[in-house]
Amino acid sequence: MDENEPITIEITRRTVIETGTTALLLTALPPAALAAGPSDGNQPPPPSATVTLQINDRSHQLTLDPRTTLLDALREHLALTGSKKGCDHGQCGACTVLIDGRRINSCLTLAVMHDGQSVTTIEGLAEGETLHPLQAAFVEHDGFQCGYCTSGQICSAVGMLAESRSGMPSYVTEDLTHPVAELTDAEIRERMSGNICRCAAYPNIVAAIKQAAGTPT
Amino acid sequence: MKAFTYQRADSTAHAAAAAAKPGARFIAGGTNLLDLMKLQVETPSELVDINRLPLDKIEETPDGGLRVGALVRNSDLAADSRVRQRYGVLSRALLAGASAQLRNKATTGGNLLQRTRCYYFYDVTKPCNKRNPGSGCAALAGFNRIHAILGTSDHCIATHPSDMAVAMRALDAKVETVNGEGEPRVIPIAEFHRLPGKTPEIETSLKPGEIITAVTLPPPPPGVHVYRKVRDRASYAFALVSVAAIVDSTRGRIRSARLAFGGLALKPWREPQAEEKLVDASADTATFGAAANAVLDGARGFGGNDFKIPLTRRTLHSVLAETTRT
Amino acid sequence: MEMNSPIGPNALDAQGVVGKPLDRVDGRLKVTGGARYAYEMQQDNVLYGFVVEASIGKGKIKSIDTRAAEKAPGVVLVLTYRNSPEQGTGNHREAHPVLTGPEVTRYGEPVAFVVAESFEEARAAAYLVDVKYDRSSGKYTLRNNLDRARAPHPKDAPAADSAVGDFAGAFASAPVQIDLTYTTPLQSHAMMEPHATLAMWDGDKLILHTANQMLNQGQKVVATTLKIPVENVRLISPFIGGGFGGKLWVNADAILAAIASRQLKRPVKIALTRQQIFHVTTHRSDTIQRVRLATDREGHILAIGHDVFSGNLPSEQTYEGAALQTRTLYAGANRLTRHRLAPLDIPVASSMRAPGEAVGLMALECAMDELAEKLNLDPVELRVRNEPSEDPEKHIPFSSRHLIACLQEGARRFGWDKRHAKPGQVRDGRWLVGMGMAAATRGNPLLLSKANVRLDPDGTATVRMAMTDIGTGT
Repeated sequence: MDENEPITIEITRRTVIETGTTALLLTALPPAALAAGPSDGNQPPPPSATVTLQINDRSHQLTLDPRTTLLDALREHLALTGSKKGCDHGQCGACTVLIDGRRINSCLTLAVMHDGQSVTTIEGLAEGETLHPLQAAFVEHDGFQCGYCTSGQICSAVGMLAESRSGMPSYVTEDLTHPVAELTDAEIRERMSGNICRCAAYPNIVAAIKQAAGTPT
Repeated sequence: MKAFTYQRADSTAHAAAAAAKPGARFIAGGTNLLDLMKLQVETPSELVDINRLPLDKIEETPDGGLRVGALVRNSDLAADSRVRQRYGVLSRALLAGASAQLRNKATTGGNLLQRTRCYYFYDVTKPCNKRNPGSGCAALAGFNRIHAILGTSDHCIATHPSDMAVAMRALDAKVETVNGEGEPRVIPIAEFHRLPGKTPEIETSLKPGEIITAVTLPPPPPGVHVYRKVRDRASYAFALVSVAAIVDSTRGRIRSARLAFGGLALKPWREPQAEEKLVDASADTATFGAAANAVLDGARGFGGNDFKIPLTRRTLHSVLAETTRT
Repeated sequence: MEMNSPIGPNALDAQGVVGKPLDRVDGRLKVTGGARYAYEMQQDNVLYGFVVEASIGKGKIKSIDTRAAEKAPGVVLVLTYRNSPEQGTGNHREAHPVLTGPEVTRYGEPVAFVVAESFEEARAAAYLVDVKYDRSSGKYTLRNNLDRARAPHPKDAPAADSAVGDFAGAFASAPVQIDLTYTTPLQSHAMMEPHATLAMWDGDKLILHTANQMLNQGQKVVATTLKIPVENVRLISPFIGGGFGGKLWVNADAILAAIASRQLKRPVKIALTRQQIFHVTTHRSDTIQRVRLATDREGHILAIGHDVFSGNLPSEQTYEGAALQTRTLYAGANRLTRHRLAPLDIPVASSMRAPGEAVGLMALECAMDELAEKLNLDPVELRVRNEPSEDPEKHIPFSSRHLIACLQEGARRFGWDKRHAKPGQVRDGRWLVGMGMAAATRGNPLLLSKANVRLDPDGTATVRMAMTDIGTGT
């Protein structure tokens, strides 16, 4: 057949519905917060702001560009890279941390807004060598593959379990007027819907959360 | 994100005065504002952080309603036992929106003020009359799947993305504000959001320097409360079409109904003629169809969103059937 | 080493490791936030980069004014085609030159790279780069460009077409025919970790901490692009936040960071924004596929034809091999598979999660299902009747093939014999429930591989291989 002769084709309707340890930890020091521009011709940097954050029970005073999100403060200024930047727009949940026990997307908040508040990140969940029950459950149930969503999943689950215990309903809760009795699979999936996993470890994530919640898997 | 000066407001009056300056913006939850600032759709030169203002209570009002402080977080509002008991449609609408992380941060005032998710609004390299008056509307002849079918103009076919606002519209909420001089104002929610007309850049009735302090809910009307949200995913997606319904009926006879629609326009949509068709009406297909006809009178699609017209009809039918089931 | 017979039981089976559940070796690191991905490697004195994308589909940069960006706070460099070095060229698997000239060949193509002392400063300055374009008309839609599609000729790939017997004649004269066209949309890998690179130079040696699934290949591509010896390039990628094929090849982030770092003599890091990933990196092409099956009245395939259209930049020959596995899955004496690639002005199309198979088997198996219905034949039985005894195109024996045994076991386990063949018969509350099946096959190319084993006096064996497991498997 002639490869250069076009094949004609009529398109009919069959359309598919549209849809370590690592060797090189080079230095432990985070980069300087705000350096002056290197050339004389640059405009001066914007005025910085000071903020004191309690992160995993340690107090940190930071002087920051006010535009710095809490996520970037953690990752770029404190070397706490456990919280991940997946989208930087609150759409994936990989940046989820706990502020005063409540889960939020750290990419959609400014560090300066949280002066004096207490932040818990993934690095703050274990007690020394002992993993938090959720962390242990994720390992046991293989609730991850590439690991990039994992920090956010675990922090989100910590927050979720606290919400559920305090009686927070969800969109799939049958009767709003009664406190939620049981964390079914459907409830867990709805409550965790702000955390995306592209490796699709969802079944194992649900199993891990159920175990940590004390529900039989 | 353009550089800005950041200040924390220590009083409502201070906040209102600070925000009267051009280029100033309040930041509360920040989940919409920061989203837009990262893409330079919003470029405030000054951010006024209002998170410490004492506007975070939910209180009973003398007439048996509820006053919700502007800084009450969406999750707290949805979980409040009074809201769950008496304003179920509002609780459901809130729980239908965004994700748990976002609901923990988003506030009542911020939810009302959130801006459209039109793809072209979000892209500063594309024409958008809302973002850049006079530049054109790229959605009219572009990808307009999520866009409006009611209340549109040649200048803008965007939708308002809020679920909470739709429920509040069905409840006839009132928005309370105060300005830099401390003068209060009450704006019925029906008048709060503006349709695009020739000025899509004007989104609300707020004046510069005016700050939302609370939303009051009248005592709830009688009836079954439903918030139905139709979307591409089971969770964490905006409405293609949504319906907030409070339907009072007995044994297949509707006494009255309130219906507000999301996903259809740049404000929550209520059509009194549709509700009239349901007063003292038999709960049957003919009645439901008449109500849908009234809602969809004048509806037009723009190619990518034509499906919203039949979808609205079917969703309304389903909601009315559900709420009148004996 | 010959591989003509199965290996049989051996010492590895006795260890009690293969076939048993195992906690991941990197599990603890991943659940404690201790695994460091490319952008997170700690480095002093680092600079932050931000890409400026073309905002037109095709054309030319008429003017690019970087003065405001260069003067912006914290900015140390703005790279454009005017001040970028000459780089090596090739298709996307051979080289990835950036900022090569004023031409814009696809939407989102990087037109500038801003480097500053902080991320916030780099991002803000990127919005100050003022680009004006002369637009040309482009060709973006596969369906409108089928007449321009030609057989592709990528290097080291199977032939685009295969033919056995007389497909046209056998199809036309067969008593039962199926002729269906399917389309699949463009797909993006959308892995959780944005593409990211930290680049630094030690003299003339380049070190890249980068999210990349194939390091040896990446090393060569970087060397070719930067015109440096391959032994001067080191890629380090211990953890990758998902790839699915999108991090197989070198992308613009690695080259931009390397060029900037060399010029500035400081480490430079960059992560693409989520929005940029969809344009600046590769994707799976959409496809239009025509499947033709013809059988006798008992369902034995007499003719099997599969035509596939996909699209790519004119400079690329990579195509979506959706009909390649049609060549091995079912018997049939008369066969025709053809791939045609349409030149389109779109970002580069390349491998994604089962390239070819994922979308091609969807079409083939849907067509088989329609055929079974037309024949009034059980779909499993249809496969049984068309099980080839050897590779149907190469006429060589399979080393092993258990498709029918798997189908029959699956049928048993799922209660296939109790299913309602007619759709829409079974209700469960608000749901209509159906049961179907499909087969699949994937090529398993065998290549030369190496391992280095060190045996210590205490009996520990350490095995090293150039193998990547990014958590999702290879």
